[in-house]
Amino acid sequence: MLEIKGLRASIDGKAILNGIDLVIPPGEVHAIMGPNGSGKSTLSYVLSGREGYEVDGGTATFAGQDILAMEPEERAAAGLFLAFQYPVELPGVNNANFLRTALNAQRRARGEGELDAVQFLKLARTEAKRLSMPDDMLKRNVNVGFSGGEKKRNEVLQMAMLRPKLAILDETDSGLDIDALKIVAEGVNALRGPGFSALVITHYQRLLDHIVPDRVHVLANGRIVKSGGPELAHALEAGGYAAVIPEAA
Amino acid sequence: MPAVAETLETVQAATEGGYKWGFSTDIEMDMAPKGLNEDIIRLISARKNEPQWLLDWRLAAFAVWLKMDEPDWAMVNHPPIDYQDLHYYAAPKKKAGPKSLDEVDPELLRTYEKLGIPLKERAILAGVETPDDVMPQVAMDAVFDSVSVATTFKATLAKSGVIFCPISEAVQEHPELVRKYLGSVVPTSDNYFAALNSAVFTDGSFVYIPKGVRCPMELSTYFRINARNTGQFERTLIIAEEASHVSYLEGCTAPQRDENQLHAAVVELVAFDDATIKYSTVQNWYPGDSEGKGGIYNFVTKRGHCRGARSKISWTQVETGSAITWKYPSCVLQGDDSVGEFYSVAVTNNFQQADTGTKMIHIGKRTKSTIVSKGISAGRSNNTYRGLVRIDRRADGARNFTQCDSLLIGDQCGAHTVPYIESRNPTAKLEHEATTSKIAEDQLFYCRQRGLSEEDAVGLIVNGFCKDVLKELPMEFAVEAQKLLAVSLEGSVG
Repeated sequence: MLEIKGLRASIDGKAILNGIDLVIPPGEVHAIMGPNGSGKSTLSYVLSGREGYEVDGGTATFAGQDILAMEPEERAAAGLFLAFQYPVELPGVNNANFLRTALNAQRRARGEGELDAVQFLKLARTEAKRLSMPDDMLKRNVNVGFSGGEKKRNEVLQMAMLRPKLAILDETDSGLDIDALKIVAEGVNALRGPGFSALVITHYQRLLDHIVPDRVHVLANGRIVKSGGPELAHALEAGGYAAVIPEAA
Repeated sequence: MPAVAETLETVQAATEGGYKWGFSTDIEMDMAPKGLNEDIIRLISARKNEPQWLLDWRLAAFAVWLKMDEPDWAMVNHPPIDYQDLHYYAAPKKKAGPKSLDEVDPELLRTYEKLGIPLKERAILAGVETPDDVMPQVAMDAVFDSVSVATTFKATLAKSGVIFCPISEAVQEHPELVRKYLGSVVPTSDNYFAALNSAVFTDGSFVYIPKGVRCPMELSTYFRINARNTGQFERTLIIAEEASHVSYLEGCTAPQRDENQLHAAVVELVAFDDATIKYSTVQNWYPGDSEGKGGIYNFVTKRGHCRGARSKISWTQVETGSAITWKYPSCVLQGDDSVGEFYSVAVTNNFQQADTGTKMIHIGKRTKSTIVSKGISAGRSNNTYRGLVRIDRRADGARNFTQCDSLLIGDQCGAHTVPYIESRNPTAKLEHEATTSKIAEDQLFYCRQRGLSEEDAVGLIVNGFCKDVLKELPMEFAVEAQKLLAVSLEGSVG
């Protein structure tokens, strides 16, 4: 699904990613853990095409396409979704309207038919219910006045509606209490299947208790320094990064 | 939600670019020679078969105008206007009283088609008999250049006693009403452009709502400037008697031209006890090209007079067009407990200049006013909010709330807020809030990551910014307004 080779990237001339190699096969969930400043968020922004992030080398192929050459909206239509660490507020823009616009923009880009208001609302209500979101969240303005937990649930709702092939969850667990964490994890798990891959970026083992990854990677200084199964996350929890990153000791 | 949801569709549908309504129509014109003098005024008056009192009124206004200077306090720049280089009268040549579609100039029908006037209404405009029960609930008085070609739904409105007709017709058929109210809100000497309008106005709308009547439909006028070098000087007068209610909308489109076209309208509203007038404008005149060439000069005087107790006048405007906009729809709140409202979205792009706002003059006790202004500047444009809130000595318990928000797109445009507050009564409460923001990079990226193009994202964010104003528009026109916002900001990002 996603194949990254020797990816290097910088912000304002400062190198952040120093040669990332990562393959996420279809249907797998991979976790990336690492200390602050290791490049986790940068990786998510480079993959999704945010301005200001300079690609200095390497390749990233997503579903057979060179995504680094695509506009952010083209990557989205190709099936790449980023759940933001800090979801953005859009004052005056109704949540349901935003979602429907996004969904139909993607469907149009893929040559699929658009959903009308009735079809859309039915789908949105079903998904919102599954995420224990009250209906009125759909009517409120995008992320405006949402609590931290509501914002993250809203990200997962968008993901559920947009049905991406690859979801990058950038510290989606930060600021969540345990109940919200479970709901978010259930939202992700519900999508798991042969056509869905995920890259879960997190600091903590606790999210991975609920979204059990196929692989865990440790990112340090812009490189993946260690990979393993779910047990690697447990080892990190027990021994800290020092145990796996020699230079961090 | 529905209105905003449709925004998106309209935003998307509107991406073909350019000024899509920039077409012109070839119809034989009956045109007066260029220039402005007493003879031209006499000619206009004679062509309209006006009574002597109105000719005298025009000539008096002209005499006043000659002594006045063009105002220079607004934050707009333009080359001097040569008032002698304009035509002041142009009427499409028409056969007397078109009774069927065949008798109407086909070019005119095609113009209606381009304007998006529904087929049914076109037929009615052209005088085709239509049963009452299939009539749409929007009545329209189409101003084609200076002469109102046709007026719709008069019969239906007449049943409720409402008069809705071209003002030239009202002069003939209801001279006592016109004479009583014309110039009673905006006197001929009010300002330079109002004086000019009073001297040379050619047509416009007249609305009279009798006591206790709620006007059964939205009243709508499509203005259109169509003749080369023809200044357009509409005059609109709306009178709402006690406990009556009317909602009026004007929407404007104009053909693309190289030369600047002058427009100086006057609108007067009068509301008596417990009456409500809602006046909505969607203004989309040619703004000039992306180099700042051409475009309409729009110098408008709009004022409402809440004469009666508990009367209410509400202005809503969406201004996206014109090279220069100079416009301050105002309310004189004379009746006790009367209410004035001003909701405005003004968009400027490329080299457009807008200096717009309102005046709320509180005279009566417990009068209330609300001002919500949203200015959006893009390109190299300049957008100024200029507003006056004046509390008279007698206006005990008067209240005003003002909110002025500016949104900047790009770094070469300007937004300015110039509030004037004069309070002579210590019991008055005034609130003023103002913000200036830019469309943030993270908002754009968030939208694009979800699949929206950059232009769609801007349209969405801008419509969100303007929501408080757009929701005040009658439903039928909210979508059109949202579409205009998107179209006028095309190419402003990236």
